[in-house]
Formats: sequence, structure tokens, C-alpha cells
Amino acid sequence: MSVQKPNFRHPKLAKNSAEYSRKDYEGAISTLCAGCGHDSATNSIIQACFELSIEPHRVAKISGIGCSSKTPAYFLNKSHGFNSVHGRMPSIATGANMANRDLLYIGVSGDGDTASIGMGQFAHALRRNLNLNYFCMNNGCYGLTKGQDSATADKGSAGKKGAPNPYNSIDLCELAIELGASYVARGFSGDKQQLVPLIKGAIAHSGLAFIDIISPCVTFNNTATSTKSYHYVRQHVEATNTFDFIPLAQEIITQYEEGSSQEVTMHDGSIIHLHKVDSSKDVTDRRKAVNNLEAEKDKGRLLTGLIYVNPDIMETHDIINSTLRPLNTLTEADLCPGNGALQKINEGFR
Amino acid sequence: MNPTMNPIESVNDFVIRFANVNGSGSASANNLFAKAIFRLGVPVSPKNIFPSNIQGLPTWYEIRVNEHGFLGRRGGVDMSVAVNGQTLLKDYKEVLPGGYFLYDSTRELAEEFNRKDIVEIGIPLTKLCNDEFSNPKLRQLLKNIIYVGSLSFLIDLDFSILTESIEKQFQKKPKLAEPNIKALKLGYDYAKKYFKDTCKLSVKKTDKLGDDILMDGNSAIGLGAVYGGATVTGWYPITPSTSVIEAFEKYSKMFRIEEDTGRRKVAVIQAEDELSAIGIVIGASWNGARAFTATSGPGVSLMSEFLGLAYFAEIPAVLVNVQRAGPSTGMPTRTQQSDVLACAYASHGDTKNVLLFPCDPKECFEFGAQALDLAERLQTPVIIMSDLDLGMNDHISAPLHWDDKRKYDRGKVLTAEDLDNLKEKWGRYLDVDGDGICYRTYPGTHPTKGAYFTRGTSHDEYSAYTEDSAIYQAGMDRLLRKWDTARTLTPGPRTKIKDPDFGIGVIFYGTTTHSAYEAMSRLEKQGLKVNTLRVRAFPFQQEVIDFINKHETIFVIEQNRDAQLRTVLMTENALSPRKLQAILNFDGLPITADFITEKISDLLNIDLQNGPKGTEGEKA
Ligand SMILES: Cc1ncc(C[n+]2csc(CCOP(=O)(O)OP(=O)(O)O)c2C)c(N)n1
Ligand code: SF4
Ligand SMILES: [Mg+2]
Repeated sequence: MSVQKPNFRHPKLAKNSAEYSRKDYEGAISTLCAGCGHDSATNSIIQACFELSIEPHRVAKISGIGCSSKTPAYFLNKSHGFNSVHGRMPSIATGANMANRDLLYIGVSGDGDTASIGMGQFAHALRRNLNLNYFCMNNGCYGLTKGQDSATADKGSAGKKGAPNPYNSIDLCELAIELGASYVARGFSGDKQQLVPLIKGAIAHSGLAFIDIISPCVTFNNTATSTKSYHYVRQHVEATNTFDFIPLAQEIITQYEEGSSQEVTMHDGSIIHLHKVDSSKDVTDRRKAVNNLEAEKDKGRLLTGLIYVNPDIMETHDIINSTLRPLNTLTEADLCPGNGALQKINEGFR
Repeated sequence: MNPTMNPIESVNDFVIRFANVNGSGSASANNLFAKAIFRLGVPVSPKNIFPSNIQGLPTWYEIRVNEHGFLGRRGGVDMSVAVNGQTLLKDYKEVLPGGYFLYDSTRELAEEFNRKDIVEIGIPLTKLCNDEFSNPKLRQLLKNIIYVGSLSFLIDLDFSILTESIEKQFQKKPKLAEPNIKALKLGYDYAKKYFKDTCKLSVKKTDKLGDDILMDGNSAIGLGAVYGGATVTGWYPITPSTSVIEAFEKYSKMFRIEEDTGRRKVAVIQAEDELSAIGIVIGASWNGARAFTATSGPGVSLMSEFLGLAYFAEIPAVLVNVQRAGPSTGMPTRTQQSDVLACAYASHGDTKNVLLFPCDPKECFEFGAQALDLAERLQTPVIIMSDLDLGMNDHISAPLHWDDKRKYDRGKVLTAEDLDNLKEKWGRYLDVDGDGICYRTYPGTHPTKGAYFTRGTSHDEYSAYTEDSAIYQAGMDRLLRKWDTARTLTPGPRTKIKDPDFGIGVIFYGTTTHSAYEAMSRLEKQGLKVNTLRVRAFPFQQEVIDFINKHETIFVIEQNRDAQLRTVLMTENALSPRKLQAILNFDGLPITADFITEKISDLLNIDLQNGPKGTEGEKA
């Protein structure tokens, strides 16, 4: 059985504008290994949802199979969750989203779940620009099946099993840009400062928001020879920029120095304020975004932060021109043409 | 003509088979002919026997005309309309003695065409066509129309019905009607001039059809899904199922556009594969929309993992399986009923899925809607088991009907109000009513109540993960309780008891039905009053079990090699294999009445005086 947290609440717990405390965004106690990167990523999701004052029950959490895919049990336990089958989170999320466009969809997957068995579904959810927050907790290995290399393991990287990975690795961010994702970011589970605003930006985005969350597996892939270890990642990160997320209707209070920042207005009116570290990193141009990733890779560095965003793009519902009413609320009166129409159809078959 | 031979003579009861080249436009000419017979009130069943090819390979179109309304395949060919050089000799050989062979006499028949027992009717189709029309594309199409004109004279088919049909077809392009009518006339006149009193087959107007319709099963299922309120489909193209979704889209365009906004009250997603297609259905159903998909054998194999998830996590899902000949890619354009086992027990672990077996377009329509009710009521996958013959061929059927008072059965779903009124703690998998069906909630319903974690891992009554053996087993047992409830909700069998004391009963389902009933009627003429039962759903109802128990011997007629329904009947009801005897046709063509009659006669060791008409070659 999953372990539920005691329901004790401190009377003075801070509330957000929707009158929820941070605790309302928590889930069951994690059964992952102590120190697993996925738990930190989970915490960032909780923090972002709390800070955005999202109503927990208006979220649907969907995942595939893997240690990472278990995490929806560990956050937002007032939301419905669906732990589906290996590599198929995107299709479940597609169906769910088609049924009710009014909920917020958080899809959690792993690098095995996404870059191997689920590559097809990953690609096509991106291509259709499904309105989904797609968070891939990437540890370069298959945690749940005990540490085999995954398709995102860097060439030459070696986990606990010892043998260096002989194959090329798949860069999910680069691929996501290529395949049409409209919001692409990379975070590190160990850097909450950066990850929380990235998640908030994703949530505000309409369309597919993909975050590659580097999330070390302490049990199988945190070795000195692994490029997905805490240590290695800390030593090699390069950020596109630091980043403030300003939700709609919140006053901008920080003063930004002229020329040092770039502003992106999201679909819902929220604003992302990027503080450029290096003025050449434009995140609204697809080609430049891919170049930025490649350029850092050439230097042996791992680019993180918001990598690409296009806030004004049609999501799946816009593309198929579906009704603004959630399809799951339509009734006989909306859906059934009735016997009169049927008799006319009969006539066409005579 | 050989003076000793007896040309087949028949009014409103014969089989004509057209041999054409795929992609040569013959389909519309052949349809025109079949529809004309239908419009004369004469029961007719056209069947396309086509290759997995877009252009160039041989294709046949077999039309059965039968005033008594027996419209399964009979077996045997009374008249061959042979306009494909590649198969000319084969088509020639397959005509029954006394039958007719209509061919394009622009080229003379070779020496080996030397039968003395059939009537040859040479119409110079190519020459007539080329002399009259110069446009090469038109020439190819109109050559087919010319033979329809000739047939009209030969079998005494009212010419005006044909011209009216053409005019109706080209209502919007009257310029095209003109050459078509000219072509009809060319063929008609030639036959009239050279083949007067040659053909003893004829069609006579009747009123046998009442208000019946002529429709394909796939259109009927797609339409049924619209009426049943499906709003989401994910799908991946595969013959012979594609036209189910095409029909759903077509009727959605007619009926599901929001008047004020022009937006669609439906989401149709062409998925990347069948894994995704069924995932979309499950995701949508989980979230409270009615969803369905359609596929064929290879797609079912891919969907199996997900079907098990839907079974175990108890999520509604409707799947239409338009079966084709397997295994593997098999004969993708030929028909079979060979996915019964694969669907009944689709997925690993102890899994059982509800199956519905429609036999005609009306039932396709009804099951298309009813499956959505059943899936939501039972919170489980429901698979409609159609096949290529039913799905892609036109069938005569009673007209479709919808009861405007009918409400969708959305099953056990708790609203926010229900949740607030609950006295006990709610559990997603708590069997409150004792029927094995638990109460579910849609995401987003209530701020604090009713959220749960859906999982394919084992779970307790509150949907929490568990590896406790007793809890796991209790859950699996409850699913069997639900299965028993399913038995009472699925469509029951159709039984015909001719003689309650007769020890032999026959069981069949789906498209086997029509040929089976015809065979039974022939046997009845021999004094054999066989009782029949048509299975319409799995799990089997008590009536099915009673029927089997009442008879000493049961014949189970199916269109597969391994007697799949028989296997399911045996395992589910602990029956002796000796009691159930299999009658199996798996050549990829719709089973014939000849075949069934012969098999049953053989098994019962009886000699049929007026033996069936079929020939061996016909089943090649
Ligand atoms: C169809 C199927 N094949 C194999 C498995 C076994 N399996 C479970 S999790 C997993 C890999 C998970 O890797 P990843 O997605 O990276 O998650 P992590 O555990 O690393 O977080 C595999 C292969 C399965 N559950 N289903
Ligand atoms: S095995 Fe690795 S990925 Fe899985 S819980 Fe443990 S540390 Fe995390
Ligand atoms: Mg992993």
C-alpha cells in the first residue's frame, strides 16, 4: 500500500491566493530511493502549482511506467492520476485532453519511457502540439529495471554496471524543437531556483511544453563515470538565462536593467522575464535554439533553462477546431441527430 | 449452342459474377447493376472479392439475386461477366453447367475455350466503345457500362431503372450522364440484335423488400457511434476497418457542427499507430467522454497491452474489429472470423473482454451505439466483431431506427453532489451494489472528494497500490462477478426451434448467419428440422448454455481454421469437445450455403436428392 501522510495541518500554514496551503499540493509519501532526483523534481512541481494557486482538482496527472512515472502518486493527491503503461503517457493524455480541454494536464515520463519505448508517442504528441505539460525525468538509465543504459545516456558515460555506453545519445530537447514543441526547457532536479519558474512557464503555456528534467538516479547512475550524476551535472551546466515568471494580473515589481532582459508574453497573459547571461541566446527562434544546444554540447557543457518558446501557436483543439465546451459535458441533445434525420439517411440507402 | 444442353432458367434466383481488373472503374458499373435490381424490389447481395492492390490485379464482384431473401453466398456461378484477360480461362471454367459466359468478343476466344455445356455471349465491348467514344479515360469507364446495358436486355432488367439511376448519380454533372446513357444503350441494342432469347435468367419486379435499405456495415457502425454519442476517436488506417471512421467523420460533419461557432462537437485524431489509437480512447473514456476506435487483426495485436489495462483498471473502451484473414498480414482483403480468441482474451494475465457479433447493417448500427452504453455501464472494453464481408459489402437490411426517448446509459458515475451526499467513505473499487460494478468519478469533479489514482498495478478497493494476495484475489474475483452482470446486459442469442425433440442444434454468429439459415432451409426441405442459435455476444447468456444442453450434438459453424467460438464455448461452459462439432470455412471468401449444406449432410451421413449447386473450383 502506498503510505499516506498524516493529515496534520499547522494552523498558520501560508495560503496562496486560492486559499490552499502548500500541503494541499502534496501527495503520498514517496517510495523512491532516498536522494532520488525524481523526488526533488516532484517538489518543484508541488512548489510551482502552489505558487500559481492552481486548484488541485482541476489537474489531471498522467504517466507511463518507471520510477519517474510513479511520482504522480507523490504530488497533488487531490487530483485524479493515471499511471498507464510503459511509454504510452502521451496517448492517454491526448484522449483525456480531447475529452476535457478545461483541465490542466501534467504528463510525467522517464527517459526510458520517452526516448525508447515511447518515442513514437512522444514525437506525435509534440507534432500535434497537445496542450500538455510533458515532464521527462531524465536519469540516463532505466531505474525501475535496475540501471540499464537508456537512449539518453551519453556516449562513453558509465553507470553502476560499469560498461561505458557505446551508442550515441538522444537529445530530447533538440528533438522536441525539431518535432514542433512550442515550449522547450531543460532543468536539473537539483536546482529548484531554476526548475520552479520553468515549470510555471510550462503551465502557463498553451500547447505542448516539454521539460527535460535531468534527475539523477542515486542507486544506479550517480557514479563518477556517469554524465547524469549530481556531481557531473553541477560541474557542467550552462544556463540560457535566469528567469522570472510573472503570472497574469501580478504586478511587475522588479526593475530590470535596460537591454539585459527579454520579455515573452504567454498565451494566458503571463509574462516570462528572461535575464540574459549571454545576449546571443535568443529563445524565440527555433534555429538559434538548436544552435545554442549544439554549441554548448561542443564545449562539453549542458545547456539548461528555457531553450525555445513560441507562445502564439495553435494547440490540438485549435487545429481540429473542436468546440470550446468540454466534449465530456455534451449530452444527447448536443450529440444525437434523432430519428427524423435517420429516416433521411435510410432514404439515401435505397 | 449445343442442342443437348439445358441452359439454366430462373426468375429472381441466380448468381452473376463479374471479373474485372482492379482500378478500372468497374465498381461503379457493377454497383449500378446491383442497385437497379434492388430498386426493383428484388433481394440482392453484392460482394466484392478484391485484391490487396490499388490497380492492376484481378477483382471479382459477385451478385446473388434471391427472391426468398437468402443473401449469404450460395456457391456456384450462373453467369460470368468476364472482362479480365488475366483470369478469363478460370472464369470460363467456373461457370456452372448450363450457365452463361459473357465476354468481350473484340478478341476471339482461344481454342481451349471449348466447353459445350455453357452459353457463350460475345459482346465486342472494346470495339463498340472505341467506335463511339474518343476520350481514353471515358473509354475505360464506359466499357463497363456497356456490359451493364447488355445485361439489362439479357436478363430483362427494366432499362429505365438504369437510366434513372445514372441521372440521379450525375445530378450535379448532367454532362456526364449523357455518355453513360449512350453506353448503356449501345450494350442493350447489341444484345437485342444478336442474343434474342438466349438468356433464361431474368429479373422481375417484386415487393419483397418493403422499406429495406442496402448499406455496408462499416457505415452503419460509424453512424451508430454518432447516434450513441461518441465524441472522441483515435484511429490508424487499416483495411477493412478504415471506412468505419470515415463514416463517423462524414456523419459528424453532417450532425456535429456547432451552429453558432462552426466548431466541431467531436475530436477525430489520426494516431501514429494502434497503440496510440486505443490509448486515446482509454484516456478519453477515463475522462468521461464517449470514445471508440476501429481496427483489424494486426491492430488488435498492437492494442492488446492497453486492453488489459482497461480491463484491470476498469475503464470503458469501445473497439470495432473488422476482421480479415490472418495470421499476420494474411489476406488483408479477404474475410474471416478468426479473431474471436484473440479478442475474447486479449492481453496477458487473466483477461476477458465483452464481444458483440453483429450480422447485418441494422445490428451494426445498433451495436455501434449500444457498445458505448455497455462499455460505460460495465467499465470495461467492448469489442464489436464485424468482418470484411459485413463491413465493406452492401447488405440488405431493415431500415435503421432510433428511439428519440432513449437516454445514454452513462453507468455508475458520481457527481459532486453525489460525493457530498455519500455517508460512507468512497472507494473507486468498492462493490457497493454487489454486481461487481463500482462507482467512478471523472477528473475535475469535486475540490476535495473523489480523486483517485488509476493504475494497472494491483490495487485495493480504494485504488491504493497493494501486493496483498488476498486483496488482489478478491479484486480478481469481483471482476468475475462483473462478468456475470455483463451476461445479463449483453444482447441475447436469437434462437429458432423447429422441432424441440430433435437432437441436433446448430450455432453460428455474424456473417455466417445468412448462409447458415439458407442451408437450414434446404435441410428442412429434406425433412431435417434443425434448431439454430445465433450467438450475439460474449459472455454467453444462460440461453446459450440451455440450448447446448438440450441437444445431443451441436454443430458450430464459423469462418476460421481453429474453431475459435467452439473453443470459447467449451472452455467457458466446461463442455465435452465431442459434443461440439466444428464446421469451418477459412478460404477467405464468405462462407456459402452450399458448403454448409454439404458439410452437415456429410456429418449426418444423409444423401441430398437435389444436391447443392456449388462446384469445387468455385471455392479455390
Ligand atoms: C511493455 C513493457 N516493457 C518493459 C517494462 C519494464 N520496465 C518497467 S520501467 C522500465 C524502464 C523505465 O525507465 P525510465 O522511463 O527511464 O524510468 P526510471 O525508472 O529511470 O525513472 C522498463 C523497461 C514494462 N513495464 N512494460
Ligand atoms: S532506482 Fe534510481 S530512479 Fe529509481 S527510485 Fe532509485 S534512485 Fe530513483
Ligand atoms: Mg530513467
